[in-house]
Order: sequence, then structure tokens, then C-alpha cells
Amino acid sequence: MIALGIEGTAHTIGVGIVEDLNDKCRVLANIIKMYKPAEGGIHPRDAANHHATHLPHLVTKAIESAKIDEREIDVIAFSKGPGMGPCLRTAATAARALALYLEKPLVGVNHCVAHLEIGRGTTGCEDPVLLYVSGGNTQIIAFAKGKYRVFGETLDIGIGNCLDKLGRYLNLPFPSGPIIEKLAKRGKKYLDLPYTIKGMDVAFSGLLTSAQKYYEKGERIEDICYSVQETAFSALTEVTERAMAHVGKEEVLLGGGVASNERLREMIKKMAEERGAKFFVPEKSLCIDNGAMIAWTGLLMYRCGITTKVEDSFIDQRFRTDDVIVKWRE
Amino acid sequence: MLIYRGAEAEIIMDTYLGRKVIKKKRIPKGYRIPELDKRLRLQRTKEEAKLMVEARRGGVPVPIIYDVNLKEFTIVMEYVDGERVKELIPKLTERGRKEICTMIGKNIARLHNANIVHGDLTTSNMIFKDEKVYFIDFGLGEFSFEIERRGVDLHLLMEAFSSAHPEYPDLFNHVMEGYRSTYKGNAREIEKKIEEIIKRGRYMK
Repeated sequence: MIALGIEGTAHTIGVGIVEDLNDKCRVLANIIKMYKPAEGGIHPRDAANHHATHLPHLVTKAIESAKIDEREIDVIAFSKGPGMGPCLRTAATAARALALYLEKPLVGVNHCVAHLEIGRGTTGCEDPVLLYVSGGNTQIIAFAKGKYRVFGETLDIGIGNCLDKLGRYLNLPFPSGPIIEKLAKRGKKYLDLPYTIKGMDVAFSGLLTSAQKYYEKGERIEDICYSVQETAFSALTEVTERAMAHVGKEEVLLGGGVASNERLREMIKKMAEERGAKFFVPEKSLCIDNGAMIAWTGLLMYRCGITTKVEDSFIDQRFRTDDVIVKWRE
Repeated sequence: MLIYRGAEAEIIMDTYLGRKVIKKKRIPKGYRIPELDKRLRLQRTKEEAKLMVEARRGGVPVPIIYDVNLKEFTIVMEYVDGERVKELIPKLTERGRKEICTMIGKNIARLHNANIVHGDLTTSNMIFKDEKVYFIDFGLGEFSFEIERRGVDLHLLMEAFSSAHPEYPDLFNHVMEGYRSTYKGNAREIEKKIEEIIKRGRYMK
């Protein structure tokens, strides 16, 4: 079975084509285009215009590079939410048009669940606790009692957003995560920063304010980046471990754009080793927002009979992870 | 004898002056840099011991502390030989669940009356023994007068119920009944705060 997925929840528009092979996901094509604002954060309308400009070409290119005929596609999937309204609507409109034109069924996918499913589909983990870290989202998700449930999440801003805001303050370009990571490697001095954990939830706004104050006081940027990474990632690792202990799972999966960060990977890996658990992370192109994960999750849903009628294919900006009925894991 | 390895500490069954005790030892975490690791372990060991003493003074059943060692980051405390509330809840009748939740609510109110927030209220951190609910693991607790913190404390339990016991949606309402009966401040204020926190959550409808 072959699925085509369109992702468009925030700054990335992506088209992916996947196939199921012995219950595992084989990626045939996975192409993205990322909107980068000239200054400041994402402007939803601007991002949506960017997506609309690039989508038709991305679809053609994905089908070409997958080396399939468009009629071989069995199902069209799209990111139903959560995300920014204009972006979601652009991706959904394209998916509807494609489904109608190819006369194929349509399926709306939860973006957060897709981050987890692509990990299960490509890395060999079966029942992991997912630490999903991106710009807008920071969640700890695991399967319990028939649903993907959020065991912990950020109480204020996403970790990626925290890093981007810090980057803007330090005059670094967007996205700032990779640059902060590089600077952090040259950090020498650890500066005390607030370490905020509430149960299995985390918070980053206090840490961000303190980091900004250190900058005003003239501390080295490298030391600030180092201390922010060490503190924020330690907190993330700790709540992930707490969730693993709480739900009794032996696998940990990383996902989301911030999962590209080597230091975070190292910390989660170390934590897993120390508690005798297994660590998994999908390849980078499948960690960031992408169409393949939407296609794969859509395929899993379609295989157990779930489809979305065109007239019901609304987007849902606040689509909760635990609103998804996970029929394919019963 | 190691009986449980939590996320931050080892729980060791031991004897102390002839008594059966629990030793909670905060273990170093290899993923954290040593500066941060030591800071967190020291702060949390000290704070936890203080909180447990004050909670007991406020009338909440908690294990008695026998010894605190800040070099080894250990707390030696009474062994409460009961059943974890997490495992107990599914075994109870509707009425039994209501009773235990009311008790939990009263305990939380007593903590808040003593200006303590527990910080990690889950049914895994409660032990039922001799018709009393003992609260354990004050590792994420703090002293606070803030309504916000109290709201977060209760909200956390609400979330814990929905993830650990989704089949019993009334548990938290029973907790709040007990809480209202014992909390010395304005319970309505706390309830409003909880509603506000729920609305603040991401992707709420």
C-alpha cells in the first residue's frame, strides 16, 4: 500500500510518499520547504502563502522521485492539526484537491501522533515513550489504555521556541537551535539557571528571562548557550525518565526538530543506558516536520478502515493528542 | 536491598537501630553536568526532609524521618507497610474510591494549610495503611503561599488521574470535596485557579 502525505502545521510544508513493507515504513520520497521569516517569528499568513506557492511543485517532485505512477497511490493524508490555521488550511486544501482528482480516500492525521508513529515505523521501537521537542510543541507521549496520552508537556513555551527567542535576543538568525548548539560547545562556565519541573511537566520562560539577564550583565554568549542547553535538556531528560518510570516502558524515542541536537540525543541516550532502556531516534529528515510521517500515519489509519470524508475534512488548530482513536494498535 | 529505582532516587530497604526503614538515596545522573547534578541533589534532599517534617506537623500522614545525610544525599525514614493507592483504586468499590479520594483531598488541604505544595501528587506517591493515606516523595515539593502553586498542585493530580485511571472520571471531584471541607482559605479561589490552569493548557477546547 502506498500513501502520500502533506504536512503543513507551521513553518514547514512537506510532501512524503511511503509504502508499507512487512509492517515497517519504507520512505519513497520526502521533500520539504521551510519558510524563514525575514525578521521575528512565524507570520501565519506569510507562511501559508509560502506553502501555497511551493506545494504544487513539491507534489509533482515527490511523485517523480518516488518513481511511482500517481494512480498507484492508495490514500492521501494531511496534517489536520495542531498548528497554525492558515498553514493547516493550505495543506488540507491541497490534499482535498488531490484526493478528488485522483479519486482516492482522504485521511486527516494528528501531527503529534505522526511524530511518534514514524519512529515506530522506521526505528524498530515498539512501545516507546516519545519525547517530542520542536518549536511549538514539547510533549511526552506514550500509549496507555487505547490512546496516545500526554504524560508531560511544557507549561509555557516549547523548547524550540525558547531557543529561538534566546537566539533573537542574542541576534542569532532563525532557526537558532543549531547555532546555539555550536556556541554551546565552546561554553566553559556553567551559569546557574532556573530548573523548573512540576511533576512530569516543564517550564522554560523563567530560564529564558534569566539567560537574557546574564547577557545584559555581559556574560559570554557561549557560556549562556551552554548553560541554557545543559539546564533545559537536563529538565527534559529528567521528565522523560520520570514518565518512563511512571508508565513502566523500556523504550525512549526522540522526535521533533530539536531532536537534531547532539547534546540532547547524548543525554537521552545516557539516561536510557543508565536505566537499562533502549534509545531510538529517527533519521533527521524524519525528526523535523515532514510529509512522510503524515503519509505513514495516514496509511496505518486507512489500513484499519479510517477515512475522512471531504465534507468532514476540517482542520483543527487545537487537535489534542489524546483525541485520536488509535484503532491500529488494538 | 534495592526495592525501587525511580527517576532520581533509589529506594532501599534497610534497618536502622533495629527498625525496618526506607532509605532514599538520590543518585548521580550521568546525563547532567556535575555542577548541576550536585546542586539539584543537595537542594532536593534538604528540602524534602524539611517538607516532610512540616507536613507531619500539619497533620498529614507521612513517614517519620530518622536520619538525613547531605554528603551521601540520603534520607532514612519509616517504612510504611501498606498498599500503593495506584494499585488499590481499581480494587475498590465506587464507595471505597470515594472515601479514599476524600481522604486524599483532606490531606492536600492540610498540606496547603501548612503552606506546603507537594509538587508530584500522583497515586503512585500515596500509600494506604491503617485507614490512612500516607503521602510520600516530597522530592518536588516546596514551601509556598501562592494560590497559583496550590492550583498547579491539584491540577497535577487531576492530570495524573486522567492518565493513570481514565476509567474513573469522578475521582478528582471526590478529592475536591475533601479539600473544600478542610482547606482553611477560600477553596473557591483555588477551584477558579484550577479552571484557569486548564484553559492555559495547550490545545484545550
